[in-house]
Amino acid sequence: MADGPVAEVLLQRLEAADGGLDSAELAAELGVEHQTVVGAVKSLQALGEIIEAELRSTKRWELTTEGEEIAREGSHEARVFRSVPPEGLPQSELMRLPSGKVGFSKAMSNKWIRVDKSAADGPRVFRVVDSVEDEVQRRLQLVQGGQAEKLGEKERSELRKRKLLTEVNLKTYWVSKGSAFSTSISKQETELSPEMISSGSWRDRPFKPYNFSAHGVLPDSGHLHPLLKVRTQFRQIFLEMGFTEMPTDSYIESSFWNFDALFQPQQHPARDQHDTFFLRDPAQAQQLPMDYVHRVKRTHSQGGYGSQGYKYNWKLDEARKNLLRTHTTSASARALYRLAQKKPFTAAKYFSIDRVFRNETLDATHLAEFHQIEGVVADHGLTLGHLMGVLREFFTKLGITQLRFKPTYNPYTEPSMEVFSYHQGLKKWVEVGNSGIFRPEMLLPMGLPENVSVIAWGLSLERPTMIKYGINNIRELVGHKVNLQMVYDSPLCRLDAERGPPSTQEAA
Amino acid sequence: MPTVSLKRDLLFRALGRTYTDEEFDELCFEFGLELDEITSEKEIISKEQGNEKAQGASDVVLYKIDVPANRYDLLCLEGLVRGLQVFKERIKAPMYKRVIPNGEIQKLIITEETAKIRPYAVVAVLRNIKFTKDRYESFIELQEKLHQNICRKRALVAIGTHDLDTLSGPFTYTAKKPSDIKFKPLNKTKEYTACELMNIYKTDNHLKHYLHIIENKPLYPVIYDSNGVVLSMPPVINGHHSKITVNTRNIFIECTGTDFTKAKIVLDIIVTTFSEYCENQFTVEAAEVVFPNGKLHTFPELAYRKEMVRADLINKKVGIRETPENLAKLLTRMCLKSEVIGDGNQIEIEIPPTRADIIHACDIIEDAAIAYGYNNIQMTLPKTYTIANQFPLNKLTELLRHDMAAAGFTEALTFALCSQEDIADKLGLDISATKAVLISNPKTAEFQVARTTLLPGLLKTIAANRKMPLPLKLFEISDIVIKDSSRDVGARNYRHLCAVYYNKNPGFEIIHGLLDRIMQLLDVPPGEKKGGYVIRASEGPAFFPGRCAEIFARGQSIGKLGVLHPDVITKFELTMPCSCVEINIEPFL
Repeated sequence: MADGPVAEVLLQRLEAADGGLDSAELAAELGVEHQTVVGAVKSLQALGEIIEAELRSTKRWELTTEGEEIAREGSHEARVFRSVPPEGLPQSELMRLPSGKVGFSKAMSNKWIRVDKSAADGPRVFRVVDSVEDEVQRRLQLVQGGQAEKLGEKERSELRKRKLLTEVNLKTYWVSKGSAFSTSISKQETELSPEMISSGSWRDRPFKPYNFSAHGVLPDSGHLHPLLKVRTQFRQIFLEMGFTEMPTDSYIESSFWNFDALFQPQQHPARDQHDTFFLRDPAQAQQLPMDYVHRVKRTHSQGGYGSQGYKYNWKLDEARKNLLRTHTTSASARALYRLAQKKPFTAAKYFSIDRVFRNETLDATHLAEFHQIEGVVADHGLTLGHLMGVLREFFTKLGITQLRFKPTYNPYTEPSMEVFSYHQGLKKWVEVGNSGIFRPEMLLPMGLPENVSVIAWGLSLERPTMIKYGINNIRELVGHKVNLQMVYDSPLCRLDAERGPPSTQEAA
Repeated sequence: MPTVSLKRDLLFRALGRTYTDEEFDELCFEFGLELDEITSEKEIISKEQGNEKAQGASDVVLYKIDVPANRYDLLCLEGLVRGLQVFKERIKAPMYKRVIPNGEIQKLIITEETAKIRPYAVVAVLRNIKFTKDRYESFIELQEKLHQNICRKRALVAIGTHDLDTLSGPFTYTAKKPSDIKFKPLNKTKEYTACELMNIYKTDNHLKHYLHIIENKPLYPVIYDSNGVVLSMPPVINGHHSKITVNTRNIFIECTGTDFTKAKIVLDIIVTTFSEYCENQFTVEAAEVVFPNGKLHTFPELAYRKEMVRADLINKKVGIRETPENLAKLLTRMCLKSEVIGDGNQIEIEIPPTRADIIHACDIIEDAAIAYGYNNIQMTLPKTYTIANQFPLNKLTELLRHDMAAAGFTEALTFALCSQEDIADKLGLDISATKAVLISNPKTAEFQVARTTLLPGLLKTIAANRKMPLPLKLFEISDIVIKDSSRDVGARNYRHLCAVYYNKNPGFEIIHGLLDRIMQLLDVPPGEKKGGYVIRASEGPAFFPGRCAEIFARGQSIGKLGVLHPDVITKFELTMPCSCVEINIEPFL
């Protein structure tokens, strides 16, 4: 609400005024700073249509400090004239006067005084005329009185050159009545109150308009992490497709389940210290299903189940080595082994999304731990066509429809296929997942029937999330260096809706 | 996945036609290769060392092609071209032949001293070969690729190739004390003992990676000819005397190793690939190895194996309906010469020595599918009906996460691995008291242990976000790991919930209120009675004295809450008071 006496006076004056009034004039009349009147104008403006105010810029002449002194005391030349007595004054004495130097030459050129250089005690100054008109003082007094317009252009510029006058720009408001002009501004309300509602007084009150271009106040809420929002959506997709969630609640795994059970040979590079985190404590798995272990050993070292095997010396100690699981496929192997123990065989669809660990060198796209998404279907007579069909449905739910499949090599699937999708932003095909049919050398030692096939596919959770949310550095997304503002600001995860800004990342 | 770098024009000449980059990319994709990068030597040097260094380097276009890790037969131009030409039915897969020489057969005698260090060796001869500069470079490059891949950086197998005309057999493969081995190694001008060489090569960027294989062994493997000339000291270096050049006509190849199967595969790959340039194409001269037990073997094996696969099995596994004749044709295009036999449904497949990756019918089925074209296969959905179930622990976690956010707390996602300091020293504990699992080979201190508590991760998250407005209210529901000898692997996960409040005041009442809310959500009433929860004054090194309580629910301790000790706050590089709660949610399943 506009307040203060100045605003009220302004409105009263405006009511009486014919057309409007000038803020500078009002300030002069009221004897207040111009800025005070400007403040009142602005606060009245904020109330809406009470007043209209037009910004005007006027030029004004003002005296400089020296100019004010001259208007008061007279010009230097007049002061010099007045200080010369009829009997004259030695020039040296005159020059010591405050106005001496400037006033002497000006008075000389006005021919008000003269110098007698032949005087006995040195040059002496005498009056030439009896009295003088101090024209400079008169003009300055005119300007001081607000009558600068009475001076000619030439006279003003002469005074300005002498640094006695200066021109200033003054910004003033020309204030006139607005469409909702009223002198009683105290009635404008900012907000509806319970009292107004109960008394009904809101009907008669004007309300201050809202500024709709301002931002609202964000709710004080908690936020879910973007990567886990995407995880929730992937779980949802699997559940919609009838997949049961596998237990993946053990980060620690034995080399047996992580590698050997998958028919991954013991000299495989993934089993290197460089790629996998092994454990110092507990260093070895104490319990392994020994019957099954022997079948696995035989398959690796001698073959069997229609396989040539890898023909090498398989070591139990190597299989016992504990590690941080390098993929959730170890959990899938356990789930399939449990499935194989149930007789008769019943078809199953499994999924999991959980952390896996790699002893990697870290960079903008690689961390030592990430989330793996995995889907598995075990059934009689599954084909590559089935795998591709399931992948098509799965990726369609992610909003990815353009797919093609590339032959590839995975140690535990055969046939194997990489899934590529066409990326509109990058204008090229990028790998979005890896898949295949588990090798018989993995399934048959578990005890699964020979005509049962198991199709499987996997992808990382981080990559689609980075694409979805346009994040280029994985460390801003995962881990303690997360950008919390990003977490606060991230939108819902709707995978089948419009894609996020295209990522510049290559397929992992 | 190994990458081979080939000169594009040389590749096209060998393929007998040119391709656009897109066409060649398409061909690779179909065959299971990946055209990874199109570049030149100049571009590579310029990228790695700057433009100046690249001055004068070759700008011949190079294709970098990713090859599947089990296809050793495609690791050089000769093999790759042969594979693609057969795939496109422009040539027939060659038949590789082993011949016994008319004259004396080359012989390698293995002594028993090798048994403890590198017991196996296989040999062969390429007779009347004609190298050019490109062929010679490819020959060297193939050995390098094999060394890096199937040979596991020479640990399993190491290859030595020699100018046979400079040597005289029979050869001896033995093991001797390093001080007793003395020879002029490849590209050096004088003789050194093995001890001296191991020292010299410590600073050799290429060879230093192989020293560890024999370094601490009492005896080093070495191969001599009948005049005592050293052929090689595997797996480190060859002798200079028998060095091959572009003019070499007769090559003696030895592969030594600890894995007999892989040594035989490596030898087969080298001789099949480069016998193309022999006077009698695709013919390899046999050589003999006498093992310490006196048994005599002839190499290379170059074994062709016959497999039988029923046509309907292939159709059933791939999901196609092709005639047996067509399937045989598809397989033949993959260098697996096949024909229909018996009842007309049986396909007989010949596995050549180049395809050591074929160890089961499923490998044959994959090749049929590749030749058919993955993208030509009809997509279908499995017919089986299944009911989905969630893993109960994850289901509970999902429900709780949403209500934690609804209670005003923001979800963090921190690493499961951390430093020992994070879970012990910084919380005022000794590492032995944490029952943490320890990692044996971390590259940095950040990965010494699996976390035993979620608290350090949340405190580090706050420390990294100190610029954010206060209060900071964070939570995480995730797994921690504790040693547990009752589990098969000796450790188990627990699902924890942790929340922290960080502000100018400790806000214990807020964290306490959050616990009350969590218990409400889990339908656990307050109070001592059965099934209820209470908090009781407690203490812990991480907490400010008198500001810590233990939480008991359904008759067991599930965690603690309290105001953090100023030392803990300081150690995590924080400056404000902080309260926290951490509980195990598994009792509420």
